[in-house]
Amino acid sequence: MFTIYTVTPADMNRLLKHNTTLIKFWCLQGNARLLNSKIPPIPVVKLTDENNLPPQTKINQETIELLERLSLVDFANKRGIERLEDAIKFADLIRGIDTSGVEPMISVLEDRTLYLRDDIVTEGNCRKEVMSNAAVTEEEYFVAPQGNIPLIPRDSLLNDNKSSKQK
Amino acid sequence: MLSLSIRQISRKLKDGALLPSDVCAACLYQAEKLKTLNMFVRLTKEVAEIQAKEADSRYKNGNIRCLLDGIPVAVKDNYCTLNVETTCSSQMLENFKPQYNATMVQKLQNAGAVLLGKCNMDEFAMGSGTVDSIHGPSKNIWQSGKCATSIEHVHSVKVKCREFYQLSPPSSKGSCSTVEEDDWFIAGGSSGGSAVAVASGTVFAALGSDTGGSTRNPAAYCGVVGLKPSYGLLSRHGLIPLVNSMDVPGILTRTVDDAVTLLNVLAGYDPLDSTTIRDDFIPLDLSQDIDISKMRIGIPQEYHCPGISDEVLETWSEVADILEKAGAEVVSVSMPHTPSSIACYSVLNQCEVASNMARYDGIEFGLRTAENRSTEELYASTRSQGFNEIVRGRILAGNYFLLQRNYSQYFVQALKVRRLIAQDFARVWSSGIDVLLTPTTLTDAPRYSQFISRDNREQCASQDYCTQPANMAGCPAVTIPIKLSKQGLPLSLQLMSQNYRENLLLAIARWIESVVDFPHLELDI
Repeated sequence: MFTIYTVTPADMNRLLKHNTTLIKFWCLQGNARLLNSKIPPIPVVKLTDENNLPPQTKINQETIELLERLSLVDFANKRGIERLEDAIKFADLIRGIDTSGVEPMISVLEDRTLYLRDDIVTEGNCRKEVMSNAAVTEEEYFVAPQGNIPLIPRDSLLNDNKSSKQK
Repeated sequence: MLSLSIRQISRKLKDGALLPSDVCAACLYQAEKLKTLNMFVRLTKEVAEIQAKEADSRYKNGNIRCLLDGIPVAVKDNYCTLNVETTCSSQMLENFKPQYNATMVQKLQNAGAVLLGKCNMDEFAMGSGTVDSIHGPSKNIWQSGKCATSIEHVHSVKVKCREFYQLSPPSSKGSCSTVEEDDWFIAGGSSGGSAVAVASGTVFAALGSDTGGSTRNPAAYCGVVGLKPSYGLLSRHGLIPLVNSMDVPGILTRTVDDAVTLLNVLAGYDPLDSTTIRDDFIPLDLSQDIDISKMRIGIPQEYHCPGISDEVLETWSEVADILEKAGAEVVSVSMPHTPSSIACYSVLNQCEVASNMARYDGIEFGLRTAENRSTEELYASTRSQGFNEIVRGRILAGNYFLLQRNYSQYFVQALKVRRLIAQDFARVWSSGIDVLLTPTTLTDAPRYSQFISRDNREQCASQDYCTQPANMAGCPAVTIPIKLSKQGLPLSLQLMSQNYRENLLLAIARWIESVVDFPHLELDI
């Protein structure tokens, strides 16, 4: 719908300050609800063809135990395993991309050199502050239980049909 | 007073019309009034009042430090603040009191800014809603029933200007209706608390962090300016890391001009952060208006992704029209690897997270369970209790991709795809494009009920689509609010420029801002 509004001279001055072509253009235009020609009217993204993806990975018990041991966090329940499988499925979308001849990019600052400073002590002597957030200390030591004892294995979550831990 | 820009309030302070203590008191009052929005994890009232008093003397004696002196600000709860708990909204750090200030916090303090509080966030910055926090979710102030939008009070000239520039008419719904207690609109994330704090006038600026869009996403939903600076421009020292190769401190303000003020205070090399660039930072000066007719604006085709709302599309189109009519050259460009970006980002994010989260073992700091059988059991039990399922899920996924058998086809492949994405950007810049114009988020702010109906992972995968490519390439990006949706919620757009070209990026952003004249909230106090 083409409607005319009245504006004060002050308004007009303010608008003209931006551009005059707009005013002329506006007067000629009718309904301008169509998208600007540069904006893609439909999604350009083609959803990856399901057949091109590698087969969906199912996590086995061995992998669960390995990951829990490496991560030192647990899956907690079957939903956790499903979440991982979804994450893998999503990540699979990049596996088919042709990256031959492409070098991995580890940092966007790869063209710069790391700054090295002189080996001079500039700060320190703050043991009290450093230890202030530790829950358990003994004299000037952090305290940890004995190491080199493997985690106690527990029941497989793959057969678990109810959550063992709600969070 | 609270809807003023930093420059305006600074003027009032300089003229003696107000004292920093007055402004601080007003902001604390606003924070209290809007408590149910849950934007703060912690208000640092005593610290703020002391800092404000010190600023009072400086103003009285004429020793004003800079524009930011005496101005209340807030920082996301993943910035280390000396002797003030920094929780990352996680049980793991619930009682963690850093013994130093993050460089960003220190710079704000040196500039005389008044720290009002620590803002709520998604746990360890993993999320796009600020709903996954041990402190509870943050709520968007828009359509919350807490504040009228300026639509009801809008000056007739503003309406006419909008129509002159052929922006679709604003929401006809009139004043915001009170939303049920349990179904409000999300603030976005993970810097949701910071965004609401700025939108609500509780602070004049806030710090967020941005790894995949965590500053721009909530800024877009809350109708404020969200700036993601170039990687390496601002120091990450003391910013608890998520993804070292992509994290940057984010700036949230109500105007582009204010974002420039913050950037000028915060940017620059920091010897304590080896990923900051050594180049001298020249403070931005946007006092000269730019000539839009000399600009080349790129519209990347691939940013129209499935799920984008008609309103966002329309907004994108309208601003492209505005630029074109002002004489700018608006061109269609292609960034072919954009659709793969989000999947690539998910791999890199999870792998770096797996590494960064390894430090939380309960020994030196943070939560520690009573488990005593072995170090492994202690670590496992502490970490399982201290992290929520999203954090645990990302650690497990990251370690999966880093397994010897998967390393090459997931992690290394993702690093290669990252280069392809960065090359898409490089190609665009070398073809003479000054800035790219894209949507920020796919829709206006979702309702809480709708948002939680999908898994955190799924949500991030769709919400971050338009924002995370900038993190992959390290380029600067800014989101600015354009207009309101039919629901009366902000609709925003994103601009990106070549790395370290914030001067151009923000000059164009400011031009668009002045033309669209977004109807900010009425924040009368």
